[in-house]
Amino acid sequence: MTTNEIINPANLVHKKTDLLTDVPMHYCPGCSHGVVHKLLAEVIDEMGIQEETIGVAPVGCAVFAYNYIDIDWQQAAHGRAPAVATGIKRLLPERYVFTYQGDGDLAAIGTAETIHACNRGENIMIIFINNGIYGMTGGQMAPTTLEGMKTSTSPYGRNVELNGYPLNITKLLAELEGTCYVTRQSVHNVAGVRRAKKAIQKGFENSELKKGTSVIEIVSTCNSGWKLSPAASNDWMVKNMFPAYPLGDLKNV
Amino acid sequence: MAKIKGAVVVDTERCKGCDLCVVACPSDVLALSKELNAKGYNFSYMENPDACIGCAACAYVCPDACITVYKVKLQD
Ligand SMILES: Cc1ncc(C[n+]2csc(CCOP(=O)(O)OP(=O)(O)O)c2C)c(N)n1
Ligand code: SF4
Ligand code: SF4
Ligand code: SF4
Repeated sequence: MTTNEIINPANLVHKKTDLLTDVPMHYCPGCSHGVVHKLLAEVIDEMGIQEETIGVAPVGCAVFAYNYIDIDWQQAAHGRAPAVATGIKRLLPERYVFTYQGDGDLAAIGTAETIHACNRGENIMIIFINNGIYGMTGGQMAPTTLEGMKTSTSPYGRNVELNGYPLNITKLLAELEGTCYVTRQSVHNVAGVRRAKKAIQKGFENSELKKGTSVIEIVSTCNSGWKLSPAASNDWMVKNMFPAYPLGDLKNV
Repeated sequence: MAKIKGAVVVDTERCKGCDLCVVACPSDVLALSKELNAKGYNFSYMENPDACIGCAACAYVCPDACITVYKVKLQD
């Protein structure tokens, strides 16, 4: 059978969901943000909740997320996504509300909003893209930057005496009474993509069951900020990020 | 014995030539083209189409959802 004969709608096994718009994503080639957007769109599509889902986009590279997934969105000021999501969820309790935030957004300027939304147990899902760096603004050090990791503001590597320790905020959030599901995933290979997708689905299901806040950290790459190729970034992440931010469920009640 | 054969179609204008699908493919089917798309990226294409098993690993890891996958079971 020739390739042209195989390429037939009857033999289709995988295609882009229509919920992911045709607008080309502005992310750098190979950026983890794209994979996570794709998974969110697939889950919302498969759950049939397009009309009931509201995303809150951050400040950071994902600031234009609303252009890419065909649902309702609100864009929040830097770090304030969990507060904005709280307001939306309380006014429209039957909607599925999630935030999408980078580590600068969630773990630096938005620490207070994140901790308090989780502590109140808002019935929202927080998607947390931890690439260990401020991607959008030129690769500055973030609270999550690893010890010794070079960034544009720590050119000799993060020095814990000067800059403090990498902030394992997901672990902190798992300690709070209000969180029901706290997990750390990745999207660098097929198994990771499959698990991350299941985690996102579970986050939406928890919102429906009013179980509290679900936090889904995706340990991610920022190949531009890290100054590596996309494939080398994945390898670097496995070797350096995973020991500091181990994958798996931190809490599942 | 049944044999699985696959094929992929890459949206070459959406592709950013990141190479992640090439690395993810277990059968060394894909490669980046020498030609450029309108945005200046070397897009992914099937260099060894006969080796494709339709596993969709390439499509799972593609950050830009550029890859459509097809698969057939052949009896011989
Ligand atoms: C109030 C405010 N302070 C600072 C900034 C500058 N700023 C824009 S994005 C960003 C950090 C983004 O990093 P992160 O949240 O990790 O997301 P990424 O870009 O890595 O996805 C900062 C500090 C801003 N836009 N608004
Ligand atoms: S700067 Fe980093 S996080 Fe931002 S789009 Fe590029 S690779 Fe992704
Ligand atoms: S479907 Fe599988 S075998 Fe075919 S190109 Fe993609 S990764 Fe390679
Ligand atoms: S993973 Fe997607 S964007 Fe990257 S080279 Fe392959 S088809 Fe192109």
